[in-house]
Amino acid sequence: MSYSKGKYLLLLMATLALSGCSDLELLNPKGSVGEQEKNLILLSMGVMLCVVIPVVALSLFFAWHYRASNPNAKHDPTWHHSTAIEIVVWGIPIAIVAFLGWRIWVTTHALDPYRKLDSAAAAVEVDVVALNWKWLFIYPQYGVATVNVLNIPVNRPINFHLTSDSNMNSFFIPQLGSQIYAMAGMETQLHLMGTEVGTYPGRSTAFSGPGFSGMHFPAHVQTDEQFNAWVKDAHNSTNALDDTAYLALRKDSEDNPETVYGSVKSELFQAITTQYDCTQENSLRREGDVSHCTQSGSVVMENH
Amino acid sequence: MLGKLGIEALPLDQPIVVWTFVVVALLGVAILGLVTYYGKWQYLWTDWITSVDHKRIGIMYILFAVVMLLRGFADALMMRLQQALAATGGAGYLPPHHYDQIFTAHGVIMIFFVATPFILGLMNFVVPLQIGARDVAYPFLNSFSFWLTVMGGILVMISLFIGDFAAVGWVAYPPLSELGYSPTVGVDYFIWALQLSGLGTLISGINFIMTIFKMRAPGMTFMRLPVFTWTALITNILIVAIFPVLTATLALLSADRMLGMHFFTNELGGNAMMYINLIWVWGHPEVYVLVLPAFGVYSEVVSTFSGKPLFGYKGMVYATCSIGVLSFFVWLHHFFTMGSGADVNAFFGIMTSLISIPTGVKLFNWLFTMYKGRIRYHSSMLWSIGFMATFAFGGMTGVMLAIPGVDFVVHNSLFLVAHFHNVIIGGVVFALFAGLNFWFPKAFGFTLNETWGKIAFWFWFIGYWLAWTPMYVLGFKGMTRRLNHFNQPDWVPYLNVAFVGAVLIGIGTVAILIQLAVSIRDRKINADVTGDPWEGRSLEWATHSPVPFYNFAHTPVVTSLEQHWDDKKAGIDPNTVRPYEDIHMPRNTGTGFIIAIFGFIMCFALVWHIWWLAIIGFVGAIATFIVRTYDMDTDYYVPAAEVERIEAQYAHAAKGGV
Repeated sequence: MSYSKGKYLLLLMATLALSGCSDLELLNPKGSVGEQEKNLILLSMGVMLCVVIPVVALSLFFAWHYRASNPNAKHDPTWHHSTAIEIVVWGIPIAIVAFLGWRIWVTTHALDPYRKLDSAAAAVEVDVVALNWKWLFIYPQYGVATVNVLNIPVNRPINFHLTSDSNMNSFFIPQLGSQIYAMAGMETQLHLMGTEVGTYPGRSTAFSGPGFSGMHFPAHVQTDEQFNAWVKDAHNSTNALDDTAYLALRKDSEDNPETVYGSVKSELFQAITTQYDCTQENSLRREGDVSHCTQSGSVVMENH
Repeated sequence: MLGKLGIEALPLDQPIVVWTFVVVALLGVAILGLVTYYGKWQYLWTDWITSVDHKRIGIMYILFAVVMLLRGFADALMMRLQQALAATGGAGYLPPHHYDQIFTAHGVIMIFFVATPFILGLMNFVVPLQIGARDVAYPFLNSFSFWLTVMGGILVMISLFIGDFAAVGWVAYPPLSELGYSPTVGVDYFIWALQLSGLGTLISGINFIMTIFKMRAPGMTFMRLPVFTWTALITNILIVAIFPVLTATLALLSADRMLGMHFFTNELGGNAMMYINLIWVWGHPEVYVLVLPAFGVYSEVVSTFSGKPLFGYKGMVYATCSIGVLSFFVWLHHFFTMGSGADVNAFFGIMTSLISIPTGVKLFNWLFTMYKGRIRYHSSMLWSIGFMATFAFGGMTGVMLAIPGVDFVVHNSLFLVAHFHNVIIGGVVFALFAGLNFWFPKAFGFTLNETWGKIAFWFWFIGYWLAWTPMYVLGFKGMTRRLNHFNQPDWVPYLNVAFVGAVLIGIGTVAILIQLAVSIRDRKINADVTGDPWEGRSLEWATHSPVPFYNFAHTPVVTSLEQHWDDKKAGIDPNTVRPYEDIHMPRNTGTGFIIAIFGFIMCFALVWHIWWLAIIGFVGAIATFIVRTYDMDTDYYVPAAEVERIEAQYAHAAKGGV
């Protein structure tokens, strides 16, 4: 019974592997970072399956073959040690981990989210702010901003700078590659590049409260012409992202529609990032939240 | 007077909760009524609640874990149903605030109040027997630990009906778990429930380290310890090392919430990353706390039912120890995506994959234990084989997650969720059921029904694969954990299959309950009068079933690794040769229970800011403890004649008498 179960499992894994490339987003990446990560997934899974499948098969085979009712199975009730086998069973995992360890060291450095991508094309800067519960994208080079929609040009490195207004989120576009946390009062970085025109879903992967499920956005990877046209179009929007607009935007809200801002107050992202720092002046500082700073920079505690 | 507690704390507007309360209340009244009707209060108090007998405490731990498993599993079914219903843009039937509490409660309950107490229950029952001891080193503290764990569980259960539970995920990351973003009492319930049970677990850890260090039978050197006891030893060392970190971390979080401090807040220099590091310094070794004794169970079961000594005993011990050490150097792999540099990420990635070496060795050792054996398909052996076929894949996906470059795309996805259910269900839960079937006759004197045991296994095994294979696939499709609703029609088939899998696991769970009921009904037919129903190899099988309260009539003398097996081969019955002697035993005490009740009162009061009641709870607990220190009558001797009488009864039963 357990033997046929084993065949079923192998079949299942094979089906998974075959159906893979077409409809599994991570195995069908549209970005340079995602492409390397796909290869890493396939390499590590492949190497380990070479051992895991035989071991599982052997477990099931031994369990079946050495069943008490099998008169043909050899029986040695005292055999419990073999130096040769022990060397092999320590050796196999050591060899695999040595190989994977080497790959880990190399790929972790190559895929470091903070590392700028090698490309001759000019990079686009995008400042990302996680809000409760929507994403704000600011394009400092163009002076426009969006909520819950991301437009980026194809085959050009995108330098993301991320922060959060309050709760921690993780910024992730599965088909482009790596994710990174967005955390309040600090800035993280991520470098991605779309390699194929199209629209790919993005979302937060770190739970951040009741509106978390609505924190998704389409990432439109566009040709340079499309992107430039979009920027031009965005400038025509009469929405302006100044302090007042931002303070309204950061109030809790769920399932926000896509919004475009035609102008953005300069240094807004830096103000968001440093809003919790009492030693600096900051127009976004919260009043009466958990605590706040006085104008002179000292601290007022508000106990509940 | 009642702090934050008022009538609005009762969730009367939520019909699901109200009906659950009605059912629970009716069940509770029925159970209390039955106990009263049969006049069993005295029996419950003297034989169970005040018991310091490690076997009874072990049984109570497991009973508690099974009850909590039903609650945790109900949460799981509700989540699966919600995601299956709300995958195409609908709202489903659970609004986010309720759904968020459910996935938080599911994680908290399954880790702290199912897996941990079940493991502690098995260790309680088995370890003193395997080392030939009469009880644990500190029997009173053992009772105290158990009741603290139960009180923590009760606090979680109460949150269902009074107030709400945390809606922040089971590790409660700030700043979301801070007062500004979680203003209700939910996170406080989380904190104080874990403080109670965490203290219980810590004391238990100290107790078992001392038991294994100091109470081994004469001749039982460390390299003669049965493997389950070895794994228990390492697990308890881990417990003592990590649970203080959990206690301190939660204390800092409650200082933020209750005293207006700023350890982990966004404001005033608080830093949430510190919490995230601390919680995983506890949290990662915690999974080894669970899985190491599980490995111990498989070692005992596979060896026994293959009729062979464990292959590579020394290798197994070294592997266990090295897993214990390595488990402290991997915590950062829970947040490769927090922005650490490549050197740091690569270091923790490599350290994590190193753990797969000793773990892989263990798998090979079980494999070669079966080699040239005579395998009997007892249900506990089925759980073990099912484990080998399942766990290897979980180990593989674990190593994948340990590679930072892979983790960058599967972090917090359903691939991750599938991975840890793969290793916790396929590793820990299968072991718990294997252990239950294996040691049950030792505890109660009759074996469990095999038909229902095997039905339970197959439903769980097939249910596991149906429920979690699609989750791995969904992870590769970019699906994130903890989503309440989404509009992704291409995810629907996978979620539906997963729901069917969860239902099969549910049937498997019901089959286990039926197995218990049928076995109790047939207890006379399935009585185990030999004390050794499976041709066991270690000392617990050398005494009677059910084990007499003093465990062994004579303290065993150990000369080999498989003492009981070697005695059997040599035809020695260690119980017949010597005259009986007086046996030194600890007296039962209700002190542990009473202190735990005061602790519960204090923590409930702290949740609701009822300060006077918290003071009563605190003072009551301390005072009870002080009173206890003046109680000099904590032990007694069982006269040799009494031992002789009890042993004669067992001998009579073994010959077919009643």
